[in-house]
Amino acid sequence: MAADTPVEYIKHHLQNLTYGKLPEGYERADGSLVDEATWTFARTAQEASDMGFMAFHVDTLGWSLFMGMLFLGIFRFAAARATTGVPGGLQNVVEMTVEFIQGVVRDGFHGRNPLIAPLALTIFVWILLMNCLKLIPVDYIPSIAHALGLEYFKIVPTTDPNGTFGISIGVFLLIIFYSLKVKGIGGFTKELSMQPFNHWSLIPFNLFLEILVLIVKPISLALRLFGNMYAGEVVFILIALLPLWIQWTLNVPWAIFHILVVVLQAFIFTTLTVVYLSAAHEDH
Amino acid sequence: MNINLTLIGQSIAFAIFVWFCVKYVWPPITAAMEARQKKIADGLSAADRASRDLELAQEKASKELHKAKEDAAALIDQANKRAAQIVEASKDDARKEGERLIEQARAEIQQERIQARDALRAEVAALAVAGAEKILETSVDAKAHSEMLEKLAAEL
Repeated sequence: MAADTPVEYIKHHLQNLTYGKLPEGYERADGSLVDEATWTFARTAQEASDMGFMAFHVDTLGWSLFMGMLFLGIFRFAAARATTGVPGGLQNVVEMTVEFIQGVVRDGFHGRNPLIAPLALTIFVWILLMNCLKLIPVDYIPSIAHALGLEYFKIVPTTDPNGTFGISIGVFLLIIFYSLKVKGIGGFTKELSMQPFNHWSLIPFNLFLEILVLIVKPISLALRLFGNMYAGEVVFILIALLPLWIQWTLNVPWAIFHILVVVLQAFIFTTLTVVYLSAAHEDH
Repeated sequence: MNINLTLIGQSIAFAIFVWFCVKYVWPPITAAMEARQKKIADGLSAADRASRDLELAQEKASKELHKAKEDAAALIDQANKRAAQIVEASKDDARKEGERLIEQARAEIQQERIQARDALRAEVAALAVAGAEKILETSVDAKAHSEMLEKLAAEL
């Protein structure tokens, strides 16, 4: 691994495996020039950042897809075998989760929309599973990836802002969609321009404030999750830099603490999504 | 930490996951849960009904028992009365029989007395005649004095 100094080690562990487009004439890390624009794996952090928007974080996408499919696979399996009689172990777990989400939605959502509860379930379990990847020791998977010839590998999708913003943008689009659907274009515009000060002269101010509030919602959702997970990951990497024999004294408490954080962040994301969508459904 | 196409990929994955969950995961699970809730509610209400039925049956049984007791008491009462009647009737019969027997005995005694008296009377008459013969030293012609003898006998 390209990790000779602690700083390099940390930077290395925080770099995603990036597959993207390098422009024509780009000078790569080893000094070679790119003849024409090509799609390739980034070999350094600099290359990854120079790829710009036209790049994928293969690890983030792969692991989040894997976790999502794991969630859907398990739940679909339980759903297909769901019995109205005495439920088995798996069905119990699934039903407990579903009931928990139903409780969250009942408390936070004051409209009638059959989409909200399954949406909340998806968000909760998916984010929970993605966060749980963090409890795998920081060097295990990157080492395996390195052995397979992959330079960078960051397995926790929620420590990648793309991963969290991807979800929160989905939520944001739903907020806009339901605001327009429930209130109509006129009602939504009125809500944005006539609050909090109901006077025509203050419309610009209201618009500025309300649009800010609206846009802050997905940003706060994504950044809260990302920030918590990223910070936790950094601490895990720092602990991994300590001598081997002392690591467990910090690692174990931090991991135990993170069992709480992992669930809490998934729960907060879910609850806030439900609350934001509830607000989108409220017609004043 | 670069923002790139991953963002869009993640959003698309999110949309597909939500769609799948809405369509294939959520409905069967909640349907099973609701069906079970209904089952349990039905079971509980059936148990309620059964216990109510039991109560009614117990009430009915105790009523029947009470009635049977009353009937039995009435029967015993009747039987007692009847027995008393029978005893009374037989006492009556016995008394009547006794009276009849006494009457009969009395009649027999009366008859015997009459007979005895008649016999005595005849004997007395014969004795009187014999006495008179002794006194008179002659025989009394029974035929000639029969009228007097009969008078005498009647006076005895």
